[in-house]
Amino acid sequence: MAVDDSLMGMPSASGRFGDFGGRYMPESLVPACLELEEAFTEAWSDASFRDEYARLLRDYGGRPTPVTDCTRLSERLGVRVLLKREDLTHTGSHKINNVVGQALLTTRMGKRRVIAETGAGQHGVATATACAMFGLECVVYMGDVDVERQALNVFRMKLLGAEVRPVSSGSRTLKDAINEALRDWVASVETTHYCLGSVMGPHPYPWMVREFQRVVGEEARDQCRELLDGADPDYVVACVGGGSNAAGTFAGFVDTNARLVGVEPEGGAAIGHGVPGVVHGSRSFLLQDEHGQVLEARSISAGLDYPGVGPEHAHLASIGRATYVSAGDAEVLEALQVLARTEGIIPALEPAHAVAWLLRAAGTDELPTGSTVLLTMSGRGDKDAEQVMHLLSP
Amino acid sequence: MSGVGPLEAHLRERRDAGRKLLIPYVTGGLGDQWLDVLWAMADAGADAIEVGIPFSDPVMDGPTIQEASQKALDLGATPIGILDALRDVDVSVPLVAMTYYNLVFRTGHRRFARLLADNHVCGAIIPDVPLEELDDWARAAEDGGVETVLLAAPVTPDDRLAELCRRTQGFVYGVSVMGITGERQALAESAAVMAKRLKAQTDKPVILGFGISTPEQAVEATRDADGVVVASALMRRMLDGAGPEDIGEAVAALRSALDTAG
Ligand SMILES: Cc1ncc(COP(=O)(O)O)c(C=O)c1O
Repeated sequence: MAVDDSLMGMPSASGRFGDFGGRYMPESLVPACLELEEAFTEAWSDASFRDEYARLLRDYGGRPTPVTDCTRLSERLGVRVLLKREDLTHTGSHKINNVVGQALLTTRMGKRRVIAETGAGQHGVATATACAMFGLECVVYMGDVDVERQALNVFRMKLLGAEVRPVSSGSRTLKDAINEALRDWVASVETTHYCLGSVMGPHPYPWMVREFQRVVGEEARDQCRELLDGADPDYVVACVGGGSNAAGTFAGFVDTNARLVGVEPEGGAAIGHGVPGVVHGSRSFLLQDEHGQVLEARSISAGLDYPGVGPEHAHLASIGRATYVSAGDAEVLEALQVLARTEGIIPALEPAHAVAWLLRAAGTDELPTGSTVLLTMSGRGDKDAEQVMHLLSP
Repeated sequence: MSGVGPLEAHLRERRDAGRKLLIPYVTGGLGDQWLDVLWAMADAGADAIEVGIPFSDPVMDGPTIQEASQKALDLGATPIGILDALRDVDVSVPLVAMTYYNLVFRTGHRRFARLLADNHVCGAIIPDVPLEELDDWARAAEDGGVETVLLAAPVTPDDRLAELCRRTQGFVYGVSVMGITGERQALAESAAVMAKRLKAQTDKPVILGFGISTPEQAVEATRDADGVVVASALMRRMLDGAGPEDIGEAVAALRSALDTAG
């Protein structure tokens, strides 16, 4: 692979972005991580693989997604708001980009079974979708708290032929779903690919998933230049759970002058409130107690309910290339309604965090009047409609 | 530490005397009798004892050790509390800590190694630190006089196995099955293969663990291996209310099966 001197290029040989990343995995899983690294490295420099991946994203996934110029919201806020519309992809979120890539790799490695974890259910639905299309067996682990609050997505996964296994250990959310998927993988690694849903986990996942999401940022950069007479936006904003939609978005803008802003949930702000730690295979920022026990995240949004964050974000934060802020549940709920009413777009609760920051920061020093912002609308709100209905009913 | 450390020396000596090695496990901080359990294990013929320092996210562990860990944490167990409690315990067999890396990382490598060594713990098993990530910890452990036991898995290729055997200290821990900890009906076929492959690579004690629950399975596993770790089967009993005496009896049953088979 060509040497890439972009800030968001390849990690070091040990899978590090600065001080973060690595491969803290049990010996039983190390050979599979090495195999995956080799398979991805080879595939990603193989033009036929890239063509097939691009073709699937286009003909099946619905890419390229548009960038929408939000005139009414812009007028209201005094900043120009452009939305990168990942909510318009097949299955309704950016997760499909990663999953199509990993499903292609799975068949390339000769494996027939795929496991995944899911929080909001979007990654689970995307994985179930790709597995149906490729004829792969699919098992999705999901905390039982999330099974309840994302019931519609559970049903979608089942319709798509996947088996959903509720997880009742620990906080019964995303973190525990990952634990359980890893436990499955230890016993099934010879036939099974673990399709991790974000830019976390052991090397090569953070790098590979970011590369599969890079298409978001690269498309958006070109689309912005078209809309802005060749200029780049002043700010580029995305929500951060594990950080995959943000990483894909940032990858397209990291070499421009745009300021990069990641928005974490207030109750799961690993960069905002965490300290360095190691869980699920990589060193990053982590919500944990003084002894190193991982704390439970708490957020209105199942997809952001995670105490860690992808290692590359930890790196971008520590070198100051990206800034990480947070948004609380109440302002997120408000932001979702504002966007719905002013633009006719109901966002998922996850990207509503990015919108909440936008509403709060617009017109302040954080986001001065007159600036241009590209915000990644990572997914649509259908999955959350029922939860939001309950939250809003008096 | 250069050459053979005290844990390895102890285990080698016993093995070379023809004894099959028995290493029971206890979750530190599980109830208020876990120290008595430790004594009972030693009295019943353990050759070393693994002390689990519970972590919130034990990805290599099955339901039993997960439950034991969570219960200990709910009861307020902390790494420092557990290690402090061992300060005045001199059970005459080596203690080996088993934990996950974030507790080590958060405490600090050197400080953690010192905490172990100061409290009679001479070895450490940290399953989520593979060869690739070993250096930082290994340096601190060596300086602190702690032997780091590495795990080998059925899928570990031969060249990696050789490197693992070269770098492991105390003993080499052969994972008998592709899977997590927990009781199993029968010993996996991979167990004998794992043991044979390790014996072909190293003269260090070869200990099998994961899914070895009964005296019969222990005997079967030690046909090729030098010894066994037994964890979930004992912790299941503790979670069901067994006290030190019952655990002592279970360890004694394993001991006598190994001795009469040998
Ligand atoms: C729509 C949407 N956006 C964002 C996320 C958070 O993931 P990430 O931070 O990896 O983009 C999720 C996760 O489920 C999601 O469904």
